[in-house]
Amino acid sequence: MTLDIAFAGIVNGLMAGGVYVLVAVGLTLIYGVLHIVNFAHGSLLMLAMYAVLYLFRQPVGLDPYLALPVVAGGAFAFGYALYRGVIGRFSGGKDDNILLITLGLSIIIDNAALFLFTGDTQTIDVSYAGRFVTLGPALLPLPKLISFGASLLLCALLGAFIALTDTGKAIRAVAKERQGARLVGIDVENVFAISYGIGVACLGAAACLLMPFFYVSPSSGHAFVLIAFTTVVLGGMGSFAGALVGGLLIGIVESLGGLRFGEQLGQIGIPAVFIAILLLRPAGLFGER
Amino acid sequence: MPRRAAIWCALGLGAAVVYPLLFGGPAPLLWRSSYALNVAFLILFAAFIGQSWNVAGGFAGQTSFGHVVFFGTGAYVSTILHVTWGWNPWAAWPMAAAAGAIVGWLIATLSFRAGLRGSYFALITLAFAEAFRILANSAPFTRGGLGMLITADPRAANFQFRDPVWFYYVALALCVASLALAWWLTRSRFGARLVAIRENEDAARALGIDVFREKVRALTLSGAMCAAGGTVYAQKYLYIDPSIAFGVDKSVEMLLVSMIGGAGTVFGPLIGATALHLVGEVTRDLGNMVPGVKNAQPLALIVYGVILIAIVRYLPDGLMSLFRRARRRGGGA
Repeated sequence: MTLDIAFAGIVNGLMAGGVYVLVAVGLTLIYGVLHIVNFAHGSLLMLAMYAVLYLFRQPVGLDPYLALPVVAGGAFAFGYALYRGVIGRFSGGKDDNILLITLGLSIIIDNAALFLFTGDTQTIDVSYAGRFVTLGPALLPLPKLISFGASLLLCALLGAFIALTDTGKAIRAVAKERQGARLVGIDVENVFAISYGIGVACLGAAACLLMPFFYVSPSSGHAFVLIAFTTVVLGGMGSFAGALVGGLLIGIVESLGGLRFGEQLGQIGIPAVFIAILLLRPAGLFGER
Repeated sequence: MPRRAAIWCALGLGAAVVYPLLFGGPAPLLWRSSYALNVAFLILFAAFIGQSWNVAGGFAGQTSFGHVVFFGTGAYVSTILHVTWGWNPWAAWPMAAAAGAIVGWLIATLSFRAGLRGSYFALITLAFAEAFRILANSAPFTRGGLGMLITADPRAANFQFRDPVWFYYVALALCVASLALAWWLTRSRFGARLVAIRENEDAARALGIDVFREKVRALTLSGAMCAAGGTVYAQKYLYIDPSIAFGVDKSVEMLLVSMIGGAGTVFGPLIGATALHLVGEVTRDLGNMVPGVKNAQPLALIVYGVILIAIVRYLPDGLMSLFRRARRRGGGA
């Protein structure tokens, strides 16, 4: 691997990592506040990707980037309702139950997609998909560059929202001290539902940023489940900064793994990192445990 | 075992032994139906690998999302020994089980040494299965994504049977053996220690149970069973590839079968497997009857998902608890 190729690999990995950050921020927020592992994360992302596809195929042909507020908003409402209607109500507050309920949800969503959209992979055709930007020896597809920038911007906005607004304060309070938050009159269940909704909204945004250069099929969520969990565990469960650094690192690991070991075996990097982190440093890079 | 339970078991076993003679064998008593035989095989097989999950996930409470790693290990080890090295599959079978035990021991030792519990354990098993799938996809000795084909040579000495009745009996024997093992777990000190760990790990440790050792044992045993199932699968279908052997679907099936029937109970996986397959067959048939429905298979899985959530909500102890309730209401034994 020459230095030029390695550089191009790292830059490309960073670009891919940008979207992983957004997916992982949603997962880590849900974990940090609700202390639940959202196993349906990948399936919800896949669902949002189909929503982007659907909007694009309308006669008006909504561009994925313009669809972002719509899809993210819809995803928030969906996530909020899902928590209120199913997850919160059915789990009885037990961790294992939530794991199983979100597993059940992912089975339902995946197969509903398989039933409605068949197993074919689908893409959308945007005019700017083939444009490239040169950065030294690296050739960057324009949509990846846009998604990288937009993803980091959205993360910053979310961070500001949580740092500055009253809702953000309530979310932080509940994440830190559930009982105490309840005692000072915060509607904890509502904060849970809002946090779940925001986590799913991140997926809606990620779907919009992914679609111009990615494909969707009923199983494309699977590809992201392990990536998202790896990112979150690498960064430290519940840590925003961790999700940011973790996502970018995972992108680089994936890209360099592909270059070094080829298309097939290169994918081993992600489960390998995941296993290694869990075994050696389960608190992750930024976690506290 | 109470006498009434013993009688029911004997009746059930008798019916299971006679059942295939109604639809198969040299002269079917009713009519020839490979469908009826196949569904019954699938139920018994799912009950067996579900029971292997149940040993670790149900009795010991170590919920695994990647149990397929043992299934695939067993399928690949026996197939490689047979196809590449010319072993007789009967002789390769115990080696497959041993390989499953080793992988179970390894994963358990690593994970439990690192103190992983609950969701973290579930996720790391998933990651191990994914790592194995990628390795099988790219290693030369598994022939990668092409998969491995076992030459059809239907002789009993070859662990291949011309008549599907025999695979049914193999599955029945495995299922009965696994039920006996689960029954032993409910009576033995080992089983009692596992249940104590499931209920409260810290309390179990305080009682002087070597929690780490018992959990490793449970997973080793579970891995060996599941791997033995993998060999049977490979011999029945004469083909495996990385996504069959290590795909997440089988992991989920094992977990569902056990959870829906009743995790940590003897008959849970059998009841779960029966319920799921019957529900699956019915939804598929109904789906096929609706005009315009092309692929009814996902419908069955959607129903599974709904059942799983409903079970978690309303019957946290699975379908088995319905029987127990009915018995209590009846005031019987």
